[in-house]
Amino acid sequence: MAESEQKNENSAGFEREAETGDPAAQADAAVEATTADAESAMSSSGTSAAPVDSAAEAADRPVEAAPVEVPESFTVTLIVRRYDPEVDDEPRWVDYDVQMYQTERILDALHRIKWEQDPSLAFRRSCAHGVCGSDAMRINGKNRLACKALVKDFDISKPIYVEAIKGLPLEKDLIVDMEPFFDSFREIQPFLQASGKPEKERHQTIAQRERFDDTTKCILCAACTTSCPVFWTDGQYFGPAAIVNAHRFIFDSRDEASQVRLDILNDREGVWRCRTTFNCTDACPRGIQVTKAIAEVKQAMLTGVKL
Amino acid sequence: MSTTIESPNYAYPARSKGRRGPNLEKAGWIFMRASGVVLVVLIFGHLAYNLLWTPGGIRAIDFGFVGGKLADPFWQWWDVTMLWLAILHGSNGMRTIVNDYVHKPKIRTVAIGAIGVAAAVLIILGTLITFTFDPCPTAADPALLPEFCASL
Repeated sequence: MAESEQKNENSAGFEREAETGDPAAQADAAVEATTADAESAMSSSGTSAAPVDSAAEAADRPVEAAPVEVPESFTVTLIVRRYDPEVDDEPRWVDYDVQMYQTERILDALHRIKWEQDPSLAFRRSCAHGVCGSDAMRINGKNRLACKALVKDFDISKPIYVEAIKGLPLEKDLIVDMEPFFDSFREIQPFLQASGKPEKERHQTIAQRERFDDTTKCILCAACTTSCPVFWTDGQYFGPAAIVNAHRFIFDSRDEASQVRLDILNDREGVWRCRTTFNCTDACPRGIQVTKAIAEVKQAMLTGVKL
Repeated sequence: MSTTIESPNYAYPARSKGRRGPNLEKAGWIFMRASGVVLVVLIFGHLAYNLLWTPGGIRAIDFGFVGGKLADPFWQWWDVTMLWLAILHGSNGMRTIVNDYVHKPKIRTVAIGAIGVAAAVLIILGTLITFTFDPCPTAADPALLPEFCASL
């Protein structure tokens, strides 16, 4: 009861709170920050010139350029699990030596292999910045996005092993058939189902939105599902990603089909197959607490949805 | 302005559609958790009574001690509950491990069948012995038997 009252207050008081949020203090802080930045920039910049009287005077004045540190490259050995269905019967491991820089990622190494050494290497990538979820792969035995795996985080005295994610049919090199994965996703009805037609928007309090915030972050890269030992042996298991996306709607206060999704997942191949291995939580490149979300769906099946 | 689709073209019925009967995976999942909690109490109670409560600890456990315990209905039911829960819990865990590691369907069926048979034999034998155990066999050395045998 107390909770619901608080929620109402929240929704009503939201705008008021924003108004009274002491803008003066914030403005002060901002001013301080800018002056401090400017001072430090003036004092530390080696290339700022001393004032001169005329252009002629400045023309032959020696310019003191700050020394630019040339980043050093180093050799990294990548062992990539290649598979060409037209040639190979079995996947094979192939070594590549790549010159890399401290700031680069495994995706850059794959680019360098594809662009400079072996154009036949096949892998998916789209945005290359950890948003589209195309380049999930198994790097040194752990599922990650190649575009978020920094070379400096690996022990480069040893080779880095790169292979396709497991549990989905391998098509070529690092590319797998994602359709079984998307089938599971589609089955849990991943869209908002609400009967009413509001004037403008469907309202929600901050607390209600917060309830499922974690699971809205999913980018469907399949890193979690293909790290799950249950999914490896039973491809019919819905898998963590589908359950995470069901969680996103089950705990959405605007959605009216929670029970439908719970019934779908309350199946032989549903949430009960999960044994809390935590591989999915480890693998998620978005830091979603996947195992926790699955546990909450289980709990909702036993004791009802608590928004 | 919100947009709604009256009848979405959605052609993905759940894979569970048309599946009948009880959801054994769910029952198994709940059983594993519930039996786990009960087993912690039963097993530590069993160990505490046998090793800490009884003077002499492990050295005092002999035929007489066990015979005396199995003549008491309280301990009969304690032991039988522990037997059933432990064997079912353990063999269900073994089944999960087999499902994980045995990929060939035939070998998997055989392995899970063997686990089931072993569990059934252990449960039936254990239950039978607990309730039909004779603590005072005739023609045995009275020094080895429980104390109450002398008064029979």
